[in-house]
Amino acid sequence: MFAQLTQFESPPVDFFSLTPLFILVGGAVVIMLVTSLSPRPIPGWFSTAVSVAASAGAAVVAMVLWNDVRESGPYSTVSDAIGIDGFSLFFTVLVSLGVIATALVGDAYVRREHIAAPEFHALLLTAATGAIVMASANDLVVMFIGLESLSIGLYILAAMQFRRPHGREAAMKYFVLGAFSSAFLLYGIALVYGTTGSTSLIVIRERTSSLGAMVSPSELLIVGIALLLVGFAFKVAAAPFHFWAPDVYEGSGSPVSGFMASVAKAAAFAGLLRVVVVALGANEGDWAVPLAVLSAISIIVGAVMAITQNDVKRMLAFSSVGHAGYILVGVQAATAEGMSSALFYLFAYTFMVIGSFAVVSVIGWDNGHPIERYEGLAKRRPWLAGAFTVFLLAQAGVPMTAGFVAKFLVIKSAVAEEIYWLAILAMVASVITAFMYLRIVMAMWARDADVDDAPRLAVAPATAFVVAAAVAITLVYGIIPDSLIEFTRDAVPALVAGN
Amino acid sequence: MLVNQFLLLGAFLFCTGVYGVLARRNAVMVLMSIELMLNAVNINLLTFGYLHNAVSGQVFALFIIAVAAAEVAVGLAIILLIYRNRASINVDELDLMRG
Repeated sequence: MFAQLTQFESPPVDFFSLTPLFILVGGAVVIMLVTSLSPRPIPGWFSTAVSVAASAGAAVVAMVLWNDVRESGPYSTVSDAIGIDGFSLFFTVLVSLGVIATALVGDAYVRREHIAAPEFHALLLTAATGAIVMASANDLVVMFIGLESLSIGLYILAAMQFRRPHGREAAMKYFVLGAFSSAFLLYGIALVYGTTGSTSLIVIRERTSSLGAMVSPSELLIVGIALLLVGFAFKVAAAPFHFWAPDVYEGSGSPVSGFMASVAKAAAFAGLLRVVVVALGANEGDWAVPLAVLSAISIIVGAVMAITQNDVKRMLAFSSVGHAGYILVGVQAATAEGMSSALFYLFAYTFMVIGSFAVVSVIGWDNGHPIERYEGLAKRRPWLAGAFTVFLLAQAGVPMTAGFVAKFLVIKSAVAEEIYWLAILAMVASVITAFMYLRIVMAMWARDADVDDAPRLAVAPATAFVVAAAVAITLVYGIIPDSLIEFTRDAVPALVAGN
Repeated sequence: MLVNQFLLLGAFLFCTGVYGVLARRNAVMVLMSIELMLNAVNINLLTFGYLHNAVSGQVFALFIIAVAAAEVAVGLAIILLIYRNRASINVDELDLMRG
């Protein structure tokens, strides 16, 4: 009877292309093994060092692969399930840099808040692996696995602030809405699979683009695309699916909030671009207008709601909803230019938001982040206030910062596609949001505080390094953005089969 | 095969799950409703797999079952965390943050 079984042939795997993933998972395993098997307690800096080294290694290997791809073109491996192209390598580098920054900020944070350091860093690395898998998936099954390893890691990271009632509440809300949105996404995936007959993005693109006859019934495909959009809109925190974001960002630890706003958002946008914009590109008529509407609602909600907040973390959360809207302006244009502008925005925003949350993690030494606490910060900590001012002005889109170039590029791509209403809306809303950012800046520079909590505001060297590096990146790419623009132009998803 | 009927069953289960997540107050019931939504997706995948005469639908369903188990483990841990502190798992009482 065994003779009847067909021989299982494992697909050829190009292990070198998967090295970034192995390094990140390996780092997490090393952290957990060493800290739990060691007879003596391991100091917290060990976990930080391993996660920084692993992410740096992943980024370096990704750059090597990037050179290969530029010379010999993109390819797929593991029977076309993982795509190695400029797009996936761009996100590998972006996610690795995000992990390095979060791990360094988290180093002092976990010590102050008595959070278990090994678990924090191991979860960061596994979540980052999920994010990279999502960005490089050429198959819906693989993308789903990546999405879930990112999400499950983040649920636990959000719950690590469990000694505070706000942290527990944030974890619960994030879990319920995260799982809820995953189910919507999966239903959409099931319908796309049902109508196209394949989970491979390469095949889906072939069958949807060449002839409509191969997709039946096409109404079901439209429902599937709609459900995919709902799922991804939840994950990128685009309005009206954003209502979890303010609560979760407020209750989670500040470095974790920064990680969610940067890496998790970037991974969700990577999935959206790969699945909806590229694989289902032939159905542009079905998703371009809904994406433009989502984008407009996000920009308006982000601008209006941020003004009414009094908590700095909630302000940053609503501004993050608004930024998701701006990135969607580039995505819905559905051109190569629009895609590269969205990638530029994601890159620039990652450093602005991680830097902002690094400053917030220093100042918010206990629960609550009312804006009053930032009053007079310029007198007590001029450098910290200066750095925060740079991040806020960059998010507002002030010239000479990367935020300005990013906003300019996405609006330009909308204008090139003659979607003028969205471009005008984006420009008007950025003026409104500037008011909110300037409110924090004014509190820091123009007002005096009665309380003297300066001794509590200890800035760890690692945190100071991240803040300084983020300021440098924000300013450098604001003044000379050409190299990054070129980088994002090469980072288009290829969806090619074979090695 | 009665493909339509299975798809309708999947859609019905999914809607029941959505209603449960939105309307239920007990956190464990919310968790079960999410499971219902995932299983509705599984029914769809199996139906489509049969329709296309491919195993990929069944393989995908297996992956979803495994991932859902991991997700529930984390969800129950979070619910336990809240129960230990408040002796209640009513999701309506989680209202510290709003605005």
